[in-house]
Amino acid sequence: MIPELGEYALILAFVLALAQAVFGLGGAYFQHRSWMEALTPTVTGVWVCMAASFGCLTYAFVTHDFSVAYVANNSNVALPLLYRVAAVWGAHEGSLLLWILILATWALAVALCSSTLPAAFRARVLGVLGLIAVGFLSFTIATSSPFLRLIPAALDGADLNPILQDPALAAHPPILYMGYVGTAVAFAFAVAAMLSGQMDAAWARWTRPWTVMAWLFLTIGIALGSWWAYYELGWGGWWFWDPVENASFMPWLTATALIHSLAVTEAKGLFKSWTLLLAIFAFSLSLLGTFLVRSGVLVSVHAFASDPSRGLFILGLLLFFIVGSLALYAVRASALKTNTGFSLVSRESFLLLNNALLVAAAALILTGTLWPLFMDAFNLGKISVGPPYFNVVFLIPTLPLIALLGVGMHAGWTRAMLGSKRTALIGIAGGAALVAAFVALGCYGSARLLTIVGFTAGFFVIGSSSWFVLHRLLVKQHLKRAAFGMALAHAGVGVLVIGVTGVSAYKVEKDLSLAPGETAQIADYSFEYMGALPVAGPNYDAIEGRVVIRKHDVRVDELTTQKRIFRAQHQPMTQAGISVGWSRDLFVALGEDLGAGKWSMRIQYKPLVRFIWLGALIMALGGLIAVMDRRYRSAAKGA
Amino acid sequence: MTPRRKRLYALIAIVAGVAVSAAIALKAFNNNMLYFYDPSQVAAGVAPLHKTFRVGGMVTKGSVVRAPGSLEVRFVVTDFQHSVTVSYSGLLPDLFREGQGIIAHGHLKDGMFMADEVLAKHDEKYMPPEVAKSLKPPVARPGAGT
Repeated sequence: MIPELGEYALILAFVLALAQAVFGLGGAYFQHRSWMEALTPTVTGVWVCMAASFGCLTYAFVTHDFSVAYVANNSNVALPLLYRVAAVWGAHEGSLLLWILILATWALAVALCSSTLPAAFRARVLGVLGLIAVGFLSFTIATSSPFLRLIPAALDGADLNPILQDPALAAHPPILYMGYVGTAVAFAFAVAAMLSGQMDAAWARWTRPWTVMAWLFLTIGIALGSWWAYYELGWGGWWFWDPVENASFMPWLTATALIHSLAVTEAKGLFKSWTLLLAIFAFSLSLLGTFLVRSGVLVSVHAFASDPSRGLFILGLLLFFIVGSLALYAVRASALKTNTGFSLVSRESFLLLNNALLVAAAALILTGTLWPLFMDAFNLGKISVGPPYFNVVFLIPTLPLIALLGVGMHAGWTRAMLGSKRTALIGIAGGAALVAAFVALGCYGSARLLTIVGFTAGFFVIGSSSWFVLHRLLVKQHLKRAAFGMALAHAGVGVLVIGVTGVSAYKVEKDLSLAPGETAQIADYSFEYMGALPVAGPNYDAIEGRVVIRKHDVRVDELTTQKRIFRAQHQPMTQAGISVGWSRDLFVALGEDLGAGKWSMRIQYKPLVRFIWLGALIMALGGLIAVMDRRYRSAAKGA
Repeated sequence: MTPRRKRLYALIAIVAGVAVSAAIALKAFNNNMLYFYDPSQVAAGVAPLHKTFRVGGMVTKGSVVRAPGSLEVRFVVTDFQHSVTVSYSGLLPDLFREGQGIIAHGHLKDGMFMADEVLAKHDEKYMPPEVAKSLKPPVARPGAGT
């Protein structure tokens, strides 16, 4: 009964989303006031139906309704409650449901917070969001309904994929999707602007807070995914340049470029057509990401639950939205003219460089990700492009990007020379280089040129951002939230760069074979293997190894690491033991029984690795503070 | 310097920067394109001798050999027509087991594939697409096309 209600709610949501698209786009086109006024209740209706549908599926999981095929495939009687709820989005059908629920949530937020926008413009934004919902709802209903019955019902479920049974991964998809789908709002604003011809600074001001919100969710989502991969999946790696990771990283890079380009459009009315194009790109790359993850066209360690026929449907949606919006762009953006110029050293040109470099980075990653598909499609051989490509290529745009970031923050609009700030910046850069050399040589005792460059860039950005805040506080006595948020987010970039540099340069990884009582020496630490014992979890059995870590004969920590065998799927999984610290993580993962009383074990020393995720969190926090700036609130109340 | 000339220099600098970056990117790209070969192609000598590449197939049942207490392991990967012996030192992925489709990354040495990385998929029902395609009939493809 409940699953049928869920399916019914899904179909109702489809009908209402169709109404939302028609009321929105049609209402604005024909100037039907009553249609446009019907939008808020319609959008609310879509949200209520999606929430109900999602609730029904959750109920089926919580109550172990194994007569639903999706539940039977992804849950189990022994699965703990938290993971039964997380299992709702543990595979394709449910995650699609979540995707649409989040889209409906964004649309509802837009409907409720946009009462001050011109009615026709607001109607078009909601109409475009409705159209996207129609696309994905028809996809779900036609190819991937999570409510299909299994007859006869299964006695017990096949269980959730064990590597997904983890708190961080329970939270990862909803947050990442908030970001992915959030780019749809920026896209809807862009399309509405092109339809209405209103592509000015006001448009940029309306779009900006939504874009920043999407961006900050994307930031947190990617960071969570990386953290999860680090301790659960990757044997201590934090980024693999895996196609699915790239699929989330490309929208992030484009959204980052979009935020900066919107800043110029809002303040100066420049880059208008470029900004529109970026909004289209960001959403297209999000759709492409969904396509890549769901279609199974790419070999990836992350691509769960994939199916080519579904991929074809998403490809169709992808083409519709990309080709449609680009065609509109071709017709409308040519009408845009910019009369004002700006000088070489100005905030505009720094932001232009920022955009060029971010987009270049996204393009290089896109090439590496899609090239294997291209080769395969034309029978040129089966290839994969490995992490070394991405590692080299990603540095080309990002190193100048980070260096320019520290300077560009301080440049004024139009033609401000850096003037007196130049001396201060040179001082900060010099200081950063000294600190970098001290950290590299003093703390770690060795350094390659790239390591020093990385540390210097990181410290320079942090110093420059801090000085930005201090200078404003001391001289101007007034610091807007937007400015503080911007500086904080940039400092976060610096923190992240330091983390990446440190862990890349000084990590130590060793695969060893150890018998109980044997000790391995890694960096300054000695790892003594104490032996392994069987233990039992709620839905798995495990062998648990204990390792005592000492530094110069002083005990630092004791870690346990498990090799789990999940009862339902007989799938083994490794649970790493990690000793967390500001300056380093110590990482122990149990391998397999090698015979002769020995176990294989991977032991790692990961200096500064925590700064990677800390940096990402600081960036997101900066975005949050910037969004709360008074200017956007007054825009919401009546500008 | 006139603004015009300044702009010219800036333009030249940007073009030069882009050209150099593109050259580096292309080089990185060419060096890191990894080709995939199935065991039949390796047996036929199609696979390169002095370059790293990826080989994939099913791990032959009963072929995994390990010296007790050692990290060294050897196993045979097959496409049901030809097979390749793979040598590896290190931790195998959780889902590595006999009868499972895997991909190994490494190079050939005296007819043996020296792997520096072995990949298996998360999902036990999963078969890497390259491996699924490379398996030769008449043998059924277990688990392919999930």
